[in-house]
Amino acid sequence: MTVSAEGAHRGEHLRLEPPVGAHSEAFWEATRRGALLVQWCTNCERAIFYPRSFCPSCAQASGLEWRTASGMGHVYAMTIEPNPAAAGSKFSQGEPYVVALVELVEGVRMMTNIVDCDPSDVAIGMEVTLRWEPLSDGRQLPLFRPVTS
Amino acid sequence: MATTDLARTNRTLRGAAAVVGVADDVSPTGELERTGRELEVAMVLAALDDAGLTLADVDGICHVDSSIGFAEYLGIAPTFTDSTMTGGSSFEVHLEHGAAAIAAGLCDVVVSVYAATPRSDRKRARRSGRRGLAGPNPMAEWEWPFGLRMPMGPYALAAGRHMHEFGTTPEQLAQIAVSTREWATMNERARYQTPITIDDVLSSPPQNSPLHLLDCCLVTDGAGAFVMTSAERARSLRRPPIYVLGAATCHDHLMITEMPDLTVTPGAVSGPRAFAQAGITPDDVDVLMGYDSFTITALLHLEDLGFCAKGEGGPFAADGRLGPGGSLPMNTNGGGLSYTHPGMYGMFLIVEAVRQLRGEAGARQVRDAQIAVAHGSGIVLSCTSTAVLGTEATL
Repeated sequence: MTVSAEGAHRGEHLRLEPPVGAHSEAFWEATRRGALLVQWCTNCERAIFYPRSFCPSCAQASGLEWRTASGMGHVYAMTIEPNPAAAGSKFSQGEPYVVALVELVEGVRMMTNIVDCDPSDVAIGMEVTLRWEPLSDGRQLPLFRPVTS
Repeated sequence: MATTDLARTNRTLRGAAAVVGVADDVSPTGELERTGRELEVAMVLAALDDAGLTLADVDGICHVDSSIGFAEYLGIAPTFTDSTMTGGSSFEVHLEHGAAAIAAGLCDVVVSVYAATPRSDRKRARRSGRRGLAGPNPMAEWEWPFGLRMPMGPYALAAGRHMHEFGTTPEQLAQIAVSTREWATMNERARYQTPITIDDVLSSPPQNSPLHLLDCCLVTDGAGAFVMTSAERARSLRRPPIYVLGAATCHDHLMITEMPDLTVTPGAVSGPRAFAQAGITPDDVDVLMGYDSFTITALLHLEDLGFCAKGEGGPFAADGRLGPGGSLPMNTNGGGLSYTHPGMYGMFLIVEAVRQLRGEAGARQVRDAQIAVAHGSGIVLSCTSTAVLGTEATL
């Protein structure tokens, strides 16, 4: 499929942009300065994702804090979307793209795209590193690229 | 309905369950500081504290919006779940259902929760999200921006992970579609009735890798219903009763990002619980109706229900034992892959299981079928529910 001229000029039409959840404002604000924050429970010393009002590992509602993640991780699971139109996606200009679950070295798993490489080169276990993509409102979306590229 | 009839039976909730903890939060200002999930969690923890229990004790969850989404947020994997929404009476219905679940042994500790802040939402012009309860949908925030096709994408992720961990092959997955189609050739009401080969599956248009078109269920119209009554009353009715021997449910995530292990569904909990309740082992199952939204879905059920060990679903399916004449007849109506799939296919699992156990399945009838399992799987491998059904002879 082709991206409409309007969409090409106005990036905000290319992706479904994420709303800001009740407990993720700090996460999204930090993306403006290129920091990937992970919520952390200081009671059980575990990372939490997605951000919550309490720790789902130890049920404590206090002692939660934000820590800057390294931006390093590996591909836990992945799929190539061969037909972006079927997925309703415009951000890849019609080209196949990779959707992956990346496990950060901090121990949490997040959904993302693996970019800056041929989709067929992406494999489970591959080490990846953070690569920001600007959103229309100044926030940035955390994507990942292979460490080797 | 004659209440006197019910009063005569020994089926009763009387004394089976008790409320052991409560909490609420209100203010004379009419407004609360906390809102949404934060407020809900605070109420759950306070009520549990009141009871001297912890979140780890909770195995039943009731929520008027989505019991699955709330359980995901809590990080628990309950075996009783209830999203009944009947307006203001919802929580009395939760109490009723919770008591019935406890009486039946489905769970031990049930929590129902409610939080709404319409006054402060209006004052602060706060976006209150779905029904003012939970804020924005976490999927919109953490998954939708990345363009994962729904519902196929999550299953593709699981299939790829299964291949990576256990060496499962596309051919092995394809055999599930082939065996299921074999059944469909004997069902004149099936959407597709022409036999297919593994090559047909692998050469069908590629979808989210590693899936092909013929790894995916149909999109059809469809409708069904079932009726239940007491065993006592069932015996006086027209059709041979098909008894519920065991039933169990579990969910451990809502969105695929939060699934603890992409190769293990909550069927690993609901299946063994239902089998134990029924007093059966996988060897006793004559017909398996295992939800097949995708070939990987059916493969995961084979493992999680204990028909084969974790990781061995590929080789298990590959010898054709799931098809006609095989040792484990699976999805004898032709399944979601070839019979019908209107979106929520679980109804058809039950209908076919009943027909098989009544001996009404015609050309595809499994000989002397006495025990059938209807194993449903909802959302994205999120919530499984296993029903063991049996004939009079199995009681």
